[in-house]
Amino acid sequence: MTGEPLLAATGVTRLYGDHIGCIDIDLAVWPGEVVAIVGESGSGKTTLLKCLAARLPPSSGTITYRSRDGAAEDIYRLSEAARRALMRTDWGFVWQDAAEGLRMTVSAGANVGERLMATGARHYGRIRSAAVDWLERVEIDARRIDDDPRSFSGGMRQRLQIARNLVTGPRLVFMDEPTGGLDVSVQARLLDLLGTLVRELGLAAILVTHDLAVARLLSDRIVVMKEGRIVETGLTDRVLDDPSHPYSQLLVSSVLQA
Amino acid sequence: MSGPRVAVEGVSKTFRMHLRGGLELPVLRDVAFTVMPGECVVLRGPSGTGKSSILRMVYGNYAVDTGSILVRSGRGTVDIATAAPRDVLALRRSTISYVSQFLRVVPRVSTREIVAASLSGDGIEAAAALDAATDLLLRLNLSPNLLGLPPATFSGGEQQRVNIARGFISSHPLLLLDEPTASLDARNRAAVVALIKAKKASGTAILGVFHDDEVREEVADRDVDVTAFVPGREAA
Repeated sequence: MTGEPLLAATGVTRLYGDHIGCIDIDLAVWPGEVVAIVGESGSGKTTLLKCLAARLPPSSGTITYRSRDGAAEDIYRLSEAARRALMRTDWGFVWQDAAEGLRMTVSAGANVGERLMATGARHYGRIRSAAVDWLERVEIDARRIDDDPRSFSGGMRQRLQIARNLVTGPRLVFMDEPTGGLDVSVQARLLDLLGTLVRELGLAAILVTHDLAVARLLSDRIVVMKEGRIVETGLTDRVLDDPSHPYSQLLVSSVLQA
Repeated sequence: MSGPRVAVEGVSKTFRMHLRGGLELPVLRDVAFTVMPGECVVLRGPSGTGKSSILRMVYGNYAVDTGSILVRSGRGTVDIATAAPRDVLALRRSTISYVSQFLRVVPRVSTREIVAASLSGDGIEAAAALDAATDLLLRLNLSPNLLGLPPATFSGGEQQRVNIARGFISSHPLLLLDEPTASLDARNRAAVVALIKAKKASGTAILGVFHDDEVREEVADRDVDVTAFVPGREAA
């Protein structure tokens, strides 16, 4: 009913020597869909995210991405230039540690403007006004535009990371524990922001989290991983309210009710 | 375009409790009924017979073991029992609304925005959606000074009315109601009954569970006796 997937992994396995990262993963993400990958530490979810995000070549299997012109291409067979262009324009990354996704020694405005310049924007005034606009959308006071992110709180850094990534209008955003390590009060605000942006912009997103409440609030579909394999997948509220796999049942029943 | 809005046929459901050594709890067997446009069908039976489970299966929230749940939408008929997640989501955006007993929302979002968000699939402008949310919440007798606040600190009855507003604000042709009047006083029950009658008059098919006999008698066109679908003791 809804055409072709944006990103499709087929038989993706990543081994670290004898140690297993992820095994035989089939996963497709459609435009506008938010998919959460959940599981405990060591379940392989971050390994899988890195494979999907063209950051870690799989030991076997293929990952294809459908570009704006409609062609599906193997992301590990793209030329280096094409892959970089993809990462700068069509894709966004929000890492748990904002320092991984930001340049900590340049200003907030430059962090946002840099991604725009990488896509060819040259007009300083327009870049700066786009940066101001995005800082406001992520609720960072525009007067902080010339400060560098080292002076920002954890929550602000996370919001700056989001602004930096969304300014180029990506179609797919990869998120690794985007609310991890933040105070609960800050988490709520960030979740609201992410949820709103994803809905308004019609983004597809792949979200790694160990927090089932975050998965429930942000994702359409959930993938449960255990020991490198997908053990259950389905509509988010279906998997959380009526889990069928023993491990999913254990995960869901282990959550503390606040 | 006549014919049922939803047709349930041969549906069964068993819960397998893997943390209880694989204990199997058969809850429903051979569930079959239809709901026509403009009709309110009420699921009846004592607590624990699986009334809410039926609603949840129709919404796609519980998996269906066997049988079919055919929902007619603007884009054809979809079998919820086997539909892909994104097709179920598309149906929820276009066709099915569900008023559950629990309010689950992103923290710190205002009540008005939560209700307006239910219109996001209908292509309505944000300002118009907020106005519609305000109107509906006021009709449900929510105090105007609550509308800008998140519902986390609201009373049970207030939260329930927020949930009702989320379900009723859109014009989806299938509405699922899980005890929408359970914690409401007489005045608010009357407001909900009026809303249900208006939905029926506009052709919405309604499938509901109501513990309140008065409300049920006012809105129900037909009952479905859920005890008929409870698996026999020999199966348990």
